[in-house]
Amino acid sequence: MMLKLDQSHLDQIRQHGARDYPSECCGILLGRADAKDKEVREVVPLKNLRHDSARAQALLPLDDPGRETERNRFLIDPMEQLRVEKDARARSLDVVGYYHSHPDHPARPSNYDREHAWPWYSYVIVSVQKGEPKDLTSWVLTDGRERFDPEQVDALNL
Amino acid sequence: MPVRVIIPTPLRQYTGRKEFVEVEAKNVAEALANLTAQYGDLRRHLYTDDGKLRSFVNIYLGEEDIRYLQKDQTPLHDQDELSIVPSIAGGTKLRCICR
Repeated sequence: MMLKLDQSHLDQIRQHGARDYPSECCGILLGRADAKDKEVREVVPLKNLRHDSARAQALLPLDDPGRETERNRFLIDPMEQLRVEKDARARSLDVVGYYHSHPDHPARPSNYDREHAWPWYSYVIVSVQKGEPKDLTSWVLTDGRERFDPEQVDALNL
Repeated sequence: MPVRVIIPTPLRQYTGRKEFVEVEAKNVAEALANLTAQYGDLRRHLYTDDGKLRSFVNIYLGEEDIRYLQKDQTPLHDQDELSIVPSIAGGTKLRCICR
């Protein structure tokens, strides 16, 4: 599959990454999918719930909360996820993927990313180096959960 | 007592494209067991290798997280609706703080 976005969507993701640096940012990609491609129609920036460490820890406990913070972990509130999904469905859109930033780290998925992913979704990662958004990549988890495969990102210049 | 389990888009490829599946179940544990007995390929995306529900997988009864009800022993009634909602999470490799 290929992930199609407008240049403006890519700009939104990069700007969110820069704005929230040195913390990780996150958001949802809404669009339409067929057997061949996913086409993004809207980028929905969300709050990284790791800023609210007590609530985040109750939802998805971290092994080492001393070292794992909003600077190297993100979490989307499942209530927000439900709300965005419901609102999207009413407009005949679907959640096709998610994005998050890797502050001062490459735009490659970590093992932690893999352990918390499902297949089919696009996982877009933007690397933010010293506050500047750099590489942007997209990944899809394999059926067997062994690894992420890179996904082609097609930016339409509209 | 059939209850309805809503299947999220990424997992529909394992349920023959069905958007929801009806299962007979008295509680949440039974509903998920029956669901994954019918659609075995779902299992690995919901459960860890040692059979625990993956930490990022949440189950909602209507709009309530079963974590705040009676967890997987939450009783179900005819026509109840269960949703499988991921806690989307990720992050970078942890820096070595040993030096």
